[in-house]
Amino acid sequence: MSGEAVTTQTVIARHTRPVEASSTWRRTDRLGLAICWLLGLLFCAIAASIVIFMMVQGIRYLSPSLLVTRPTAGFSQSQTGGFLDPLIGTVVVALLGVAIALPIGVTIAVWLTEYGRPFALARAAESTIEMLAGIPDIVLALFGLLIFSSPILGFLSRTSGHVVFGRSFFAAGAMLSLVALPLIVGSTREGLQAIPAHIREASLAVGKTRFATIRRVLLPTARPSVITGTMLGLGRIIGDTAIIVVLLGATLTLNQAGGTPVISLLKGTGSTLTSFIYENAPTGEANQPNKAYAAAFVLLLVVLALNLCVDVVGRRGRVVSWSS
Amino acid sequence: MYDPLLLEDRPHWWSDRRAELGLGAVVAATLIGVVAMLAFVVVQGWPSFAHNGLSWFGSGGSVDQQIKTMFLSGETSHYVYTFHAWALIWSTILIVGGAVLLSFVSSLFVAVFVVEFAPEWMKQTLHTVVRLLASVPSVIYGLVGVLVLVPFIGNHVISQQQKASVAHIVSLSGYSLIVGVLILTVMIAPLMISIFADGLRTVPRHWLEASQALGINRWRTFWKVGVRAARPAIVAGTVLATARALGEAVMLAMVSGSVGFAPNPFDGLTFLYEPSRPLAPTIIQNIEGLSSPPLKHTLFAIASVLLVSAMLLSLAGWAAKQPLKRYAAA
Repeated sequence: MSGEAVTTQTVIARHTRPVEASSTWRRTDRLGLAICWLLGLLFCAIAASIVIFMMVQGIRYLSPSLLVTRPTAGFSQSQTGGFLDPLIGTVVVALLGVAIALPIGVTIAVWLTEYGRPFALARAAESTIEMLAGIPDIVLALFGLLIFSSPILGFLSRTSGHVVFGRSFFAAGAMLSLVALPLIVGSTREGLQAIPAHIREASLAVGKTRFATIRRVLLPTARPSVITGTMLGLGRIIGDTAIIVVLLGATLTLNQAGGTPVISLLKGTGSTLTSFIYENAPTGEANQPNKAYAAAFVLLLVVLALNLCVDVVGRRGRVVSWSS
Repeated sequence: MYDPLLLEDRPHWWSDRRAELGLGAVVAATLIGVVAMLAFVVVQGWPSFAHNGLSWFGSGGSVDQQIKTMFLSGETSHYVYTFHAWALIWSTILIVGGAVLLSFVSSLFVAVFVVEFAPEWMKQTLHTVVRLLASVPSVIYGLVGVLVLVPFIGNHVISQQQKASVAHIVSLSGYSLIVGVLILTVMIAPLMISIFADGLRTVPRHWLEASQALGINRWRTFWKVGVRAARPAIVAGTVLATARALGEAVMLAMVSGSVGFAPNPFDGLTFLYEPSRPLAPTIIQNIEGLSSPPLKHTLFAIASVLLVSAMLLSLAGWAAKQPLKRYAAA
């Protein structure tokens, strides 16, 4: 049966798209096609070389003990310890950023697709989100540092006397959520818009209110898109360096601010894998390239795993979608 | 969609109404927050522009020296604001312009290839490759650049004569324009390729078939009809990628050399190997100077230049798209 399906498909393909041989083309056209191949293969080669290079360096320098030892200051590879704290920092920052961005992002997407009145506000919100995606992260970081060092927001970071430090997990998480927000809004909107109107009408016809329809019917249906957007946002948060270096303090270890356990961690400073790599590169302050390679390998694995999740969720989402 | 007026008759319409207001309030609050943030950045940067006038964008003196003087003056009561950013702006123009140019040409070819001419297995591979390159964090690109490309250029590509020829002005160590341009190209190309390819895919099949029916071969057809019809997407992709390149701070801070030096095109080929520092990395590298008021205002001025150029860019893209839309597919 499958063989039959294949032959039908190939017959259709042959009939609808007669492929002419490129040998009948003029020489300039063939040259163009050759450039296409060359550039395509070049991109493949670049990607492969980055992954293979990072893998080779990672396996060479990464040992399990690095993952569970805390970093210490020092001048040689053996003295500087591992990157347990940056790993924890990455997880904390990612959770915090998503926890802020997800509710706001879904709210904005729902309002834009399901309500969208007054029209002027909807247009303004759309272009603001679009603009937010175009704001460089270093500008967000600079803004965040000034805002969070203002005395009113002093309770979110460490203070000494009148001086508010302004660098904390809270500050970094809040600014990083702005990085993830456009991705979550975009993906959720796409998911909601793909649900045909008759689904909404059916729900309204059985007496559900619009809000109940959104909560019980539309959001569960759009869940794969919400998850995809969140994963993409998570990838951006984990990969971001500028905001971390500026707003998290990029201290070697987690510096808790004292007080209640969890709050003191979030009020304190720390580092993530990205800032660890940045500081350990030859241009950074610590300059331990081997540690940077090992951390970069771990970071790359995390990012690739996230990508794989997006693929899996996307594929599963397609199966249950309302395509028919 | 459905008629919203019908809903007014439903039971509990008020709870629904309240939900709408609640959601709308969140949207409005976010909107106001973002707009206030943009205004705040420009307002904070204003003193620097006010003190320097248009010469802010001009050249004169060493930028690094000016930043240092400014930082030190923060501790006294007499603030110095003198700042001429031309070296940084010129470096931004060179690196971003070079990367966008290289990436535009190669992305267009690759997108055309992916959509029309590549065999199925190549399409799959390139799809994965583009996704992968797009998701690699910038700091990893920077690390590869600083540990592989920079030493390679510094040790094997730049000749001793070239180093000697500019030795009295700047030292060539491999941290250079060319490394920044090449890595930035790889970083923004995936964005361009995916937006270009999305645009090219929406070109109606029968437009292409009509052209082929007139005896024009697939290659010519696709470039003359397909690429032309997808011009709005091409403009959009280029604008987005340029904005991304403008804001790239971390990778460029690692490979560009971090010297406030304006590379001189009259140095010939050596020009490509000269170090510099674009605007965005300047912010990240002087972030400790935020405690000094004049330097703080200057950093915000740099940030507002980045913001305004990103906005002007998207405005220009929007304007360029309008006349094209009439002939566009979909």
